[in-house]
Amino acid sequence: MSALSLRNIEKSFGGNAILKGVSLDAEPGEFIALVGPSGCGKSTLLRILAGLETADSGTITVGDQDLTKLQAAARNVAMVFQSYALYPHLTAAQNIAVPLVMRRLTRAQRLPLLGPLMPGQRQAIADIKRDVRDMAVSLKIDHLLDRKPGQMSGGQRQRVALGRAMVRRPAVFLMDEPLSNLDANLRVHARGEIVEMHRRAGVPTVYVTHDQAEALSMADRVAVMIGGSLLQLAAPAVIYDDPQHVEVAKFVGQPRINLISQQVAADGTVGLGEARCGLSRIDVAVGSEVTLGIRPEFVSVSREGRGLPALVERVEFLGSEIIVYSRLEQSGDTMIAKLTPAEGAGLSTGKRIHLAAAPERLFVFAEDGRRLRSTSLIDSDVRELAYG
Amino acid sequence: MTSNGFTPARVARLAVLSFGALVFLAPYIFMISTAGKAQSDIFTSSLSLIPQQWFFFENFAKAWSRVSMTTLLFNGVLVCLLILVFQVVVAIPCAYAMAKLKFRAARAMMVLVMLGLLVPIHATALPLYVAFDRVGALNSYVALVAPFTISVFGIFLFLQFFRSMPDDLIHAARLDGMSEIGIIARVIVPNAWPAITAFAIFSVVAHWNDLYWPLIVVSNQAYATPPLGLLYFRAAEAGDDYGALMAATLIITFPLVAAFLLAQKRFVEGITMTGLKG
Repeated sequence: MSALSLRNIEKSFGGNAILKGVSLDAEPGEFIALVGPSGCGKSTLLRILAGLETADSGTITVGDQDLTKLQAAARNVAMVFQSYALYPHLTAAQNIAVPLVMRRLTRAQRLPLLGPLMPGQRQAIADIKRDVRDMAVSLKIDHLLDRKPGQMSGGQRQRVALGRAMVRRPAVFLMDEPLSNLDANLRVHARGEIVEMHRRAGVPTVYVTHDQAEALSMADRVAVMIGGSLLQLAAPAVIYDDPQHVEVAKFVGQPRINLISQQVAADGTVGLGEARCGLSRIDVAVGSEVTLGIRPEFVSVSREGRGLPALVERVEFLGSEIIVYSRLEQSGDTMIAKLTPAEGAGLSTGKRIHLAAAPERLFVFAEDGRRLRSTSLIDSDVRELAYG
Repeated sequence: MTSNGFTPARVARLAVLSFGALVFLAPYIFMISTAGKAQSDIFTSSLSLIPQQWFFFENFAKAWSRVSMTTLLFNGVLVCLLILVFQVVVAIPCAYAMAKLKFRAARAMMVLVMLGLLVPIHATALPLYVAFDRVGALNSYVALVAPFTISVFGIFLFLQFFRSMPDDLIHAARLDGMSEIGIIARVIVPNAWPAITAFAIFSVVAHWNDLYWPLIVVSNQAYATPPLGLLYFRAAEAGDDYGALMAATLIITFPLVAAFLLAQKRFVEGITMTGLKG
């Protein structure tokens, strides 16, 4: 049994389908990053999971409990918001204590003036104070406990928000772009902290982000959502090296993957110069349009000799690597190559170069975006293999 | 901007403002002056601000003893306080629901609030009077307070304020385990003090100074509010004793003036806020 399971979640707003039947399972203690361009429905999915929105159809289960019909307050789900959503009138300590106060104290014990007269209230308050302090110490914010959110920096607020979410030991932990309001340096630092904190808490976590670097670096598995559908859910390396959909390949990877439209040749192959792939004729007919993808780091550049001739349009020097944008002379497609400084030395705009691709690194996608099975072929004399 | 030094433009501006202030203050100043004059002093043909004989004490003593000033002030405070409390208790949950909850009648309610803003008390006064008469509630605090417990202006003001509160704050509160009532009590109200203060100022000023409605429903002095008491005082007690009348007026306007001077900054903030948002 999975710790968290979403089945066929659908949601539309005013006739616009935002979520088109999304299913997702998380193992106990798993960190899942939900990534996609803005407007793809990832935040809506998270809100449905939290109980802040209701799905049109589909079910949500946590452990063996069906949450679908439960109110947000009744689900044991915690969330960190992009804006942190700390209560501005309460100190950090009071903010962190809120979920405990709401859960551990009875309605009568929470009353102002009368509350302290209720039996057990004093003990419960003392326990809450202790837990808040422990949480603050573990997040290294114990010196901030008396400050209000207005007196804290973005990074400090973010930690208080984490503390408030973690302190009640939720069954599921949700984060909605919690790092996007931090500056770049702090963001990288905070990534590590969140992963570390997640490891300690061991609670299944769904982390929404539009930043692929965050998703790939933090998550156990990455779920790529585009246009309301979950296109692929897999480990970061698999998402990158083995994308199952052209949109996944396009979304993940910096600089962007090279995509070239081609028709399947009569021998059932497609390819770039000498790097060719054989396709199964069950999947695709000869002459039909497919998209060829190759990541920039698997495009090699030589000054003369073999390979497709191309003209350099732009060279970006990034220190440890050089990005070369060039235009293929035959087809006019733009190709991006990622080179080491040694390989890229001396390249400049207007130079003529030759491009070659690693055939085993070619991806072929059908017209509808699905990945097609393909076999890499190096030499033209084994072409028969494909349609043989 | 010229922050220091008296440039001609600044002098001109200050002169215009000072003149305006003087025009608005003149009746009040004259009232203070009259409250200190003897009867003979008031009806002299010459006009002077400084009383010839110092009659303040006598006039105030008369004002205080001839009419039960404490009852008037107590009624004023009680009525204003009750109205304010009910208005806030009704308007805040209503505005919260309209601003942050999704429900079908929200649009219709918005239209009703707008309509409510357009209908003045004078239009509904007669039916209300008849209704209070039928239930025998004339001459009571109920008659003074009840028509004002639902303030569409208050709902509108809070609605505008709550709309600007981030949705995430309310979402966070729901996830933290709060009920909707809990959210209002623990999140909305503590963060709505600027709006509540602004509304309180409007409400208290309007109802403390209101003569129209008390005049309609109250004929028994025991329930008279300050402006109404003043009216009785003029007719029954003071006659043409303007010195005492002005002294009484001074006593009645004093609480608001004092409140304004003490909370001047809040006052201005509140009015500018409603000016921008209401």
